[in-house]
Amino acid sequence: MKKQCMVLLVENNAGVLARVSSLFMQRGFNIDSLTVSSTENPRISRITIMTTGDQKNFSQIMKQTAKLVETKMIFSVEPTFSIIQELLLVKVSTQNADTDKLIEIIKKFGASAVDITSGCLIAELAASSQIIDDFLDAISEFKMIEMCRSGAIAMERGDVTYDLN
Amino acid sequence: MILNGSEILVNVLLEQGVDTVFGYPGGAVLNIYDALYKYSDKIHHTMTAHEQGAAHAADGYARSTGKTGVVIATSGPGATNLVTGIATAYMDSVPLVAITGNVSTPLIGCDSFQEVYIAGITMPITKHNFVVRKVEDLADTVREAFRIAASGRPGPVLIDIPKDVTANKTTYVPMPAVEIPAKDKIVGDIEEIADLINRSERPFIYFGGGVRISEASDELRALINTADIPAAYTLMAAGVLGYGEKNNLGLMGMHGCYSANCAANRADVMIAIGTRFSDRVALNTEKFGHNAKIVHIDIDPGEIGKNVTADYSIVGDVKRVLTELMKHIKPAKHDAWSAQISEWKKDDYVPTDSDTELKPHYVIGKACEIAGEDAIYVTDVGQHQMWAAQFIHHVHPKNFLTSGGLGTMGYGYGAALGAQTAHPDKPVIHFTSDGSFHMNMNEVCTAVSYKLPVITVILNNAVLGMVRQWQGVFYGRRFASSEPERVTDYVKVVEGFGGKGFHCETPAEFEAAMREAVKSCGPVWIECVIDREEKVLPMIPAGGTVHDTIFK
Repeated sequence: MKKQCMVLLVENNAGVLARVSSLFMQRGFNIDSLTVSSTENPRISRITIMTTGDQKNFSQIMKQTAKLVETKMIFSVEPTFSIIQELLLVKVSTQNADTDKLIEIIKKFGASAVDITSGCLIAELAASSQIIDDFLDAISEFKMIEMCRSGAIAMERGDVTYDLN
Repeated sequence: MILNGSEILVNVLLEQGVDTVFGYPGGAVLNIYDALYKYSDKIHHTMTAHEQGAAHAADGYARSTGKTGVVIATSGPGATNLVTGIATAYMDSVPLVAITGNVSTPLIGCDSFQEVYIAGITMPITKHNFVVRKVEDLADTVREAFRIAASGRPGPVLIDIPKDVTANKTTYVPMPAVEIPAKDKIVGDIEEIADLINRSERPFIYFGGGVRISEASDELRALINTADIPAAYTLMAAGVLGYGEKNNLGLMGMHGCYSANCAANRADVMIAIGTRFSDRVALNTEKFGHNAKIVHIDIDPGEIGKNVTADYSIVGDVKRVLTELMKHIKPAKHDAWSAQISEWKKDDYVPTDSDTELKPHYVIGKACEIAGEDAIYVTDVGQHQMWAAQFIHHVHPKNFLTSGGLGTMGYGYGAALGAQTAHPDKPVIHFTSDGSFHMNMNEVCTAVSYKLPVITVILNNAVLGMVRQWQGVFYGRRFASSEPERVTDYVKVVEGFGGKGFHCETPAEFEAAMREAVKSCGPVWIECVIDREEKVLPMIPAGGTVHDTIFK
């Protein structure tokens, strides 16, 4: 079972996200994370989906998703040739805690403390899924109050252009 | 010119060459029906007893003509009643445009009377669907729906139109019918596959509904005759090759011919054409065609490798692919292979005749003999459907209408009405059973209203035959809810609706009734009493192989 990343460029219509997620449910495909956003082209939305499965399953997901009328383009993203990032927000209690050490870990991971209010610190980190996991591990000795992380967004490196016909 | 949304809708239907629609009126489509009234000299509307019947009628119309069927229903329950019909069309790749009314846009999302989110409900059972929010978008949306329904692998498209959009006015600019994009793209190595076929010793073709939809009978015939390849079909491709034609091995799969299933099992090259390795044919995906290199030809790239892994594939329209493939096919003879298949044929199941009792194969055979080669045959779902598939001598690709993928009991009567509407001069024979027919027999009122002389042959074994057959074989004869003890008097029921009925218990009675029925100008029901122990044979149990075939 391999984690894989696919990117869809879809028409920016109402309901397109529902259509994609409905298809995944219908065919029993797994969504580990999903992000959707506007792009440089106002008519096009970009959906990034992380999924886990074998190659046969992944290829079937790609083919079925490509058949949706609103799908303009679909491609898989290989980590080696791409930047795949997530965003983390984590709130940690600073009461009775070694705040200096916490700040040091935050710096070490290239995260930032974006807010300190009422004995709570919110750290933010944009990084790969693995580094975010490592960061959470590194701060596990502190009392975590809440945590959320976005799905992945991905972009291939270098001079890659997409022909949306 | 300035028209309201409903008039625009009807005008765009006319642009697409639509002259027949099926449906049922209601509050949210009153404007649309007002426009249909206005244009009634140009477009014929058949009102059914129930929206499900209308959806199946549009499906039957589409399957029997190759044109896109159109069905109209009101919001809420009208729309949800279409769902089974749309799903049936989706599973069998039938081009259909379903038009639903909805409450006016300010009322959407307020749980208004007869409001339902039909676009959400039908998302997984349509190729695509639309909610039209502005009358300015209506004409192009309807055109796009027709384009999507008929292009590539066909399927249903739903357009949901709020009531205010059907009333609002805008400029209508007439356009020609939408062009269906040419299906000329082929992906795959034709020469490599031709070479594989040319070198094969035991080639076998397994073909499905894609060949029928692509209208590629002649191309398939050329291939099997030139390269001497035996071919068997799935339920969706009955009639693509004529009965008794050389190299036509007949139906394959769960209730297919033993010899055809043996050939599939023993082949060294299996060419799967316009088919999807469904679990009713590739019952065991690991073992199906396990001695063969599998070549899969289909227009839908999503089908390649979905159920069974193909060694070679070509994505493209079947007709186009076969035409290209033929350029590289060398004439061949496979005498040893043909001889082997002839041996297997000796073990094919043959039903036993009776002079006194009505036997399923007799009823179907005699009905076909009397109705003639041009008749259109429609079925419901269950034992009678399989008997019809097995015993009709199929000769025309568009003359056997059956719900293969979804297996919709209650499909038949609506579909038969649609087919009869499209072909007023052809006999339409609807084979059904007491189980299936109780689901949608109410559509007889439609047949009476529109004088549609559909002949319904009811194989009445007084039980849910297919359910009971499985309970008999796999559930220790515990017949849970499959013996309903119904006492329906079919002759009285059909007479009550204004049609004609016959009750038959012997071959002589059936023949007489059938001869009378073909002369009728309204609907006829012929009830045929058959034994409840009649089984569909042969049978390969789910997950099994040809070695597990049950013969009795």
